[in-house]
Amino acid sequence: MQFVAVDYWIMALSLILMGASLALFFIKDLIHAVIVYGAYSVTMAVIWLLMNTPDLAITEAAAGICTTVMMMVAIYRTRRPKKGNKDEN
Amino acid sequence: MRDFILKRMIAVILAFIFVYGFYVILHGHISPGGSFAGGIIVSLSFIAFATVYGIDKGKEKLPEKFLVWVESYGTLWYGLMGLVGICKGAPFLANKLAGIDLGVPGTLSSGGLIGLIGFGVGIRVASTMITLFYTLMEGDA
Repeated sequence: MQFVAVDYWIMALSLILMGASLALFFIKDLIHAVIVYGAYSVTMAVIWLLMNTPDLAITEAAAGICTTVMMMVAIYRTRRPKKGNKDEN
Repeated sequence: MRDFILKRMIAVILAFIFVYGFYVILHGHISPGGSFAGGIIVSLSFIAFATVYGIDKGKEKLPEKFLVWVESYGTLWYGLMGLVGICKGAPFLANKLAGIDLGVPGTLSSGGLIGLIGFGVGIRVASTMITLFYTLMEGDA
């Protein structure tokens, strides 16, 4: 099995992808979770581009931004805990 | 939001995002992208406008009644384009079988009915996304 340079880029980006999706489990603050989800979406778009599917890359970029905006608006409607008051979390 | 720089920047950028969205929709059959991605880009331009200038001014520019109108007629447009094939004696949504000249491959007019169908789907996706944004933003918090 022979690897080319593009494969190593895809592997490195997949590690970021795994890190981001695992981090979503452990992040308590919803705003931070949405930001990490945006990073996940951008990384996925770059991976699609490296795998020669620019069609999916442009869809992933657009839909990722749109879902991030929608989640931001939904979180804007919720009450956020005050800083330093960890019990109400 | 009452920030001067944001407002002026959106006023400059908005038209370019809008035109790029329609470019992606109409070139869906010869270049990356398509009606879904292009429709979302068109809707994002307006979501940026409504976020920066306020939801009330956004509803002034693009009322919900108009959005419902676009959504319904976009779907109807898809159906009518499909019926072209049946009227010509070919299956539903037929393109080349219906006798449409496809022209030179790789040019914009080589899609036949695909470009027209994609336009209907694109404006439908855009209006759905803007309606979702309005529904989430309005109401008491």
